[in-house]
Amino acid sequence: MQGRTGLWRRAPVTVIVVALILAAIAVVALLAPWISPADPARQTLIARLRPPGHTTSTMTYWLGTDELGRDLLSRIVWGARASLLVALLSVTVSLTVGTLLGMLAAWKRGWVEIAIMRFVDIMLSIPAILLAVLTVAVLGPGFGKLILVLGLTRWPRYTRVAYAQTLQVASLPYIKAAELGGAGTLRILFRHVLPNIAGPLTVVATAEFGLMILFEAGLSFLGLGIQPPQPSWGSIMSAGRQYVERAWWITLFPGACLFLLVLSVNVLGDWLRDRLDPRSRTR
Amino acid sequence: MLRYAFWRLVQAAVAVFGVMTIVFVIMRLAGDPTLLLVPEGATREHIEALRHELGFDRPILVQYAAYLADVLRLDFGNSVVQRQPAMAILMSRLPYTLELALGALAFALLLGLPAGVAMAVWRGTAVERLLAAVVLTGQSMPTFLSGILLILVFGVILGWLPTSGSGTWSALILPAFALGALSMATFARMARIAVVDELSQDYVRAARARGLSQGAVVVRHVLRNAAVPVVTIAALEIGNLLAGAVIVETVFAWPGIGQLAIQSIQSRDFVVVQVVVLFVSAVYVGMSLLADVAYAWLDPRIRLTPA
Repeated sequence: MQGRTGLWRRAPVTVIVVALILAAIAVVALLAPWISPADPARQTLIARLRPPGHTTSTMTYWLGTDELGRDLLSRIVWGARASLLVALLSVTVSLTVGTLLGMLAAWKRGWVEIAIMRFVDIMLSIPAILLAVLTVAVLGPGFGKLILVLGLTRWPRYTRVAYAQTLQVASLPYIKAAELGGAGTLRILFRHVLPNIAGPLTVVATAEFGLMILFEAGLSFLGLGIQPPQPSWGSIMSAGRQYVERAWWITLFPGACLFLLVLSVNVLGDWLRDRLDPRSRTR
Repeated sequence: MLRYAFWRLVQAAVAVFGVMTIVFVIMRLAGDPTLLLVPEGATREHIEALRHELGFDRPILVQYAAYLADVLRLDFGNSVVQRQPAMAILMSRLPYTLELALGALAFALLLGLPAGVAMAVWRGTAVERLLAAVVLTGQSMPTFLSGILLILVFGVILGWLPTSGSGTWSALILPAFALGALSMATFARMARIAVVDELSQDYVRAARARGLSQGAVVVRHVLRNAAVPVVTIAALEIGNLLAGAVIVETVFAWPGIGQLAIQSIQSRDFVVVQVVVLFVSAVYVGMSLLADVAYAWLDPRIRLTPA
């Protein structure tokens, strides 16, 4: 090993710190079934609303208990899993759909371009949170539907970027050469265009990842996302809100985790943008 | 200029039409829209009767045309829960949301703009780093977390401000601050970029060479030019604030259209939910139209560049 290389070379300390925070949350989410101290759904009604550090004969509740006597730490650990999984999968859906449509619009031009890009304009003129709220309300809540709704309402951002980038790349000589060499549309788009527009798309995906975490938490907070008893940071906070005067920990611990996660993603996203934005590239 | 404004207006009309279509499609995603509109526990006969009354047994294209005609006449039908026109219900709640959104906008502008200018002027100093941290916090804090924190600190612990309800100035402060935090971050970032751009212009160097102090240059020249992009962002932010009200109004029990939307979803009153979404989207489209036209009017380079 020769220390930090490539992208990570000369990363500022704050970026390394937030990357470590992100990695830690990801590890916790991944290992939730093994490291969670208790079953996140097990209720102990005689131990309701106990403060952090409360100890019984069977276990210590490091972060206290919630309104049904469930171990808050276990619920937060499992909530991390829900939060990251929803964000990851919905970003994957919207990134895939958005990029495909954007490349197609820029490559085909003509009516395909007009149809796709007009549709993008329209989708972007409905406030995203309302679009998600309406769709979830119609379809009903649930993990799979949540991912579908978030994924299929957020693709236009990627389409805009993929479209603009593909237009730039498509006029370059090496694409013309590939075309003359007999390469088909799909081969050109995936082998030659995609790798060259991946940077700006990564920047959008990172910003969207933070936003999707907030959306999942917000929808769950409103009762439209992940449904109880399955733990999500948003729904834990929503339930704890009524007890905030007596039991602040139920709201503030998941809230702090959420803030830390989104802050880390935003810091990393800003840094990535500065590194990958073609306008700030000095070549 | 008129030509540009006209084309932008046509675009906005297309967008509103598109939004109406998307809402129409979403309302039918779950299958029979009648089931969304009947109160819980309705009998089969009741559902059949309502399906016929609302015309959901007609061909889909006929339904679509009828829907467009109704929406253009601002006739959205009656709320199934409150049994009065959905539009009237929306209008009765709207003043509260407008008050909240304008309060949030005021907070965002008053805190965000000076912060952005300061970050540009004192670039690379501790001042910029401190303000950047504040901006990043505003950007990363979900409104339901900041809302609950504000309630806990200023309402419960200090007891200075009311934690819910509306009608007084003091009740507006906490929700407006919570709602405005994200816009504050946006304004600060935009103002910083705009001022940094202006500071690198030749006229700034010329003014400095004439012996004007940095402060005088910023106040007299830079701010005026940097204001152009910032003013237009403000119009766009109003649309975002109306949408963001969904969560903030729920946290603070603020009786605006955001709370109305969530209450209507809980009581399965989809006529009302649909009105809220259409209304906020229309405002959103209208505001971005206003922003673009204002931008073109203030900056001739935009309208003179062929699209």
